Amino acid sequence: MNGHRNAATILSVLCMGLGQLYNRQWIKGLLLLVFNAAALSYFISNLGTAIWGIVTLGEKTQGLEKLGRLMVPVEGDHSIYLLIGGLITIFALAIYLTVYGMSIKDAYRTGGERDAGKTPASFKQTWAYITDKKFPILLLALPVSGVLLLTIMPIIFMILLAFTNYSSPDHIPPASLVDWVGFQTFKDLLTLKTWSRTFVGVFTWTIIWAVLATVTTYFGGILVALLIESKGIRFKKLWRTIFIIPYAIPQLISLLVMRNLFNGQFGPINQYLSYFGLGKLPWLTDPLWAKVTVIIVNMWVGIPVSMVLILGILTAIPKDLYEAADVDGASGFQKFKIITMPFILFSTAPILIMQFAGNINNFNVIFLLTNGDPVNGNYQYAGSTDLLVTWLYKLTLNNSKFNMSSAIGIIIFLLVASLSIWSYRRSRSYKEEDMVQ
Amino acid sequence: MTNRKSNYILTALKYVILIAIAVCCIYPALWVVLSSLRPGTSLYSPTLIPETFTLAHYRELFNNPSFQYGKWYLNTLKIATLTMLFSTILVTLSMYALSRFRFKSRKSMLTSMLILGMFPGFMSMIAIFILMLQLNLLDTHAALILVYSAGSVLGGFVVKGYYDTIPRSLDEAARIDGASHMQVFLKIMLPLSKPILTYVALTQFTGVWGDFIFARLVLRSKENWTLAVGMWDLVASYQNSNFTLFAAGAVLIAIPITLLFIFLQRFLVQGLTSGASKG
Repeated sequence: MNGHRNAATILSVLCMGLGQLYNRQWIKGLLLLVFNAAALSYFISNLGTAIWGIVTLGEKTQGLEKLGRLMVPVEGDHSIYLLIGGLITIFALAIYLTVYGMSIKDAYRTGGERDAGKTPASFKQTWAYITDKKFPILLLALPVSGVLLLTIMPIIFMILLAFTNYSSPDHIPPASLVDWVGFQTFKDLLTLKTWSRTFVGVFTWTIIWAVLATVTTYFGGILVALLIESKGIRFKKLWRTIFIIPYAIPQLISLLVMRNLFNGQFGPINQYLSYFGLGKLPWLTDPLWAKVTVIIVNMWVGIPVSMVLILGILTAIPKDLYEAADVDGASGFQKFKIITMPFILFSTAPILIMQFAGNINNFNVIFLLTNGDPVNGNYQYAGSTDLLVTWLYKLTLNNSKFNMSSAIGIIIFLLVASLSIWSYRRSRSYKEEDMVQ
Repeated sequence: MTNRKSNYILTALKYVILIAIAVCCIYPALWVVLSSLRPGTSLYSPTLIPETFTLAHYRELFNNPSFQYGKWYLNTLKIATLTMLFSTILVTLSMYALSRFRFKSRKSMLTSMLILGMFPGFMSMIAIFILMLQLNLLDTHAALILVYSAGSVLGGFVVKGYYDTIPRSLDEAARIDGASHMQVFLKIMLPLSKPILTYVALTQFTGVWGDFIFARLVLRSKENWTLAVGMWDLVASYQNSNFTLFAAGAVLIAIPITLLFIFLQRFLVQGLTSGASKG
């Protein structure tokens, strides 16, 4: 009874594509055979090296070797290339195995149909099936593979780095090898005095910064939006356009400009202060003032975004709510407290949390404005205004402490991820996604 | 009577605050524009409005041999346009699929999109750098376009939110009339999604002008640089000694982007709010 099905399945297990050929699906079978041949030839030459590379991270150090009577330099293993190459091969293997599994399943199903007396689908029919029933998969294939190669693979690579000793000065390939060290990096970060002091300091400031930056821009945005929309104000559109300007200027430019604006010696802000007989302020050079400056500048950059957002929400508040309140004799402030504010809060709560998470990772404002300075003598490679992200950047690009920076990256991720998943699960769009339609 | 009077005072107060905020918004921009027209090179100037105006700094931008501003401008324009094109196509297609269809791995894809977006972006820099090195793509613009476009998909929640709000009865009706999925997308969905398309295209286009972290890592030779890398280098290496030149460069970058934003602000508002109400 199940003759065709069993034969097709067994053939497919033996070699990808044979089952399809047995089912007389010639084009599909040939395509799979070719794919299989290409994949096998790739894996035969690569898989062994890949696994060896990931497990050992290389065994031969670069050095001099005796060749006859001469000493010749020989190339050692490059641990980092081995790790990346190995990862890519394993990704390819996973894809290959998935295709293999799908081809077996397909042979099994088509064989079953033949047993039931149907003719197997022609290539044209298969294609039509894919473009109709599997349309979303077709659309997503390209973006997903891009994300897989350029986002997921690199992130896994960086996570793995946190468990190695890849850092300057002793473990930088090609001169020397890198080894797996387990959780040593995390232990160092949290227990070694110099590291843990920096970590705690930078972490605390990151949280303070994220709270202040989010709260100031959010309520600033509400205030500005309400002002524009309030009674008696004319030229609403003009005001809105003016207030959008900070948002419209590329951040890179506006922040570099701000850096000069707040320049302690020659900047115009201090110039004005001295006109009024006030002393010059160390905007960017004093640890405390630098923190104040980044918050102020962030307000300048961030308030327009919240304003645009809240202006949009204000127009969505049903007018009859206000009319009803008028009938009941509510004052302006009462209307604000009972209608406007709850409405805004309710619709922006998820955004607020995302903004908080975004501020934890707010690289541009800090890096372009203060570069993390002023220098803090107690810190390891970090300055007073450094956030975890900018510290991570410095550790990677300036100090080559790759393992430490990936450990910090993982910690940032855990922080942001727990926050966002919590808020996402609570958001209406997640719970009621299919109910909106 | 008193009520009316206090109303006037209140309105006047509101105007004062609005004007104060407007000054804060405009002042930095105005200051840079005026600085770029000021003779000399220093950051310090005794007055806001210079005594004499000069276009020398703008000329220097294009004539200074150690400084290839024109070249960088063209590079940036090219990369930004291509990135905008590719990423808009990728984002709309994939978000359309995620919003409209129900398939097995959909929920896990959405969740992983969310999770991946939470890693600090340049955490993956080193791996991408080595990858580009092995693909022989270092110091090419193709590398930047590839990475920007592939990364743009992760920020597509706004687009998905927008598609979620378009009633599904529209495409169901078309399907019943015998349209294929591709036809439904091209003929019905695409025209309806013009606002969000504009939003995505605009943010992608301007994003390229501002990114210098990755561009600095990939683009090695000076003639391949983008404006962001060049401007960053100018500020980092000259510090305050050539401020007026920086100001001129900044003005030329900011003008087209700012105008784009202001003309397209309607779409911006729509894009931001559609992302907001859907979380």
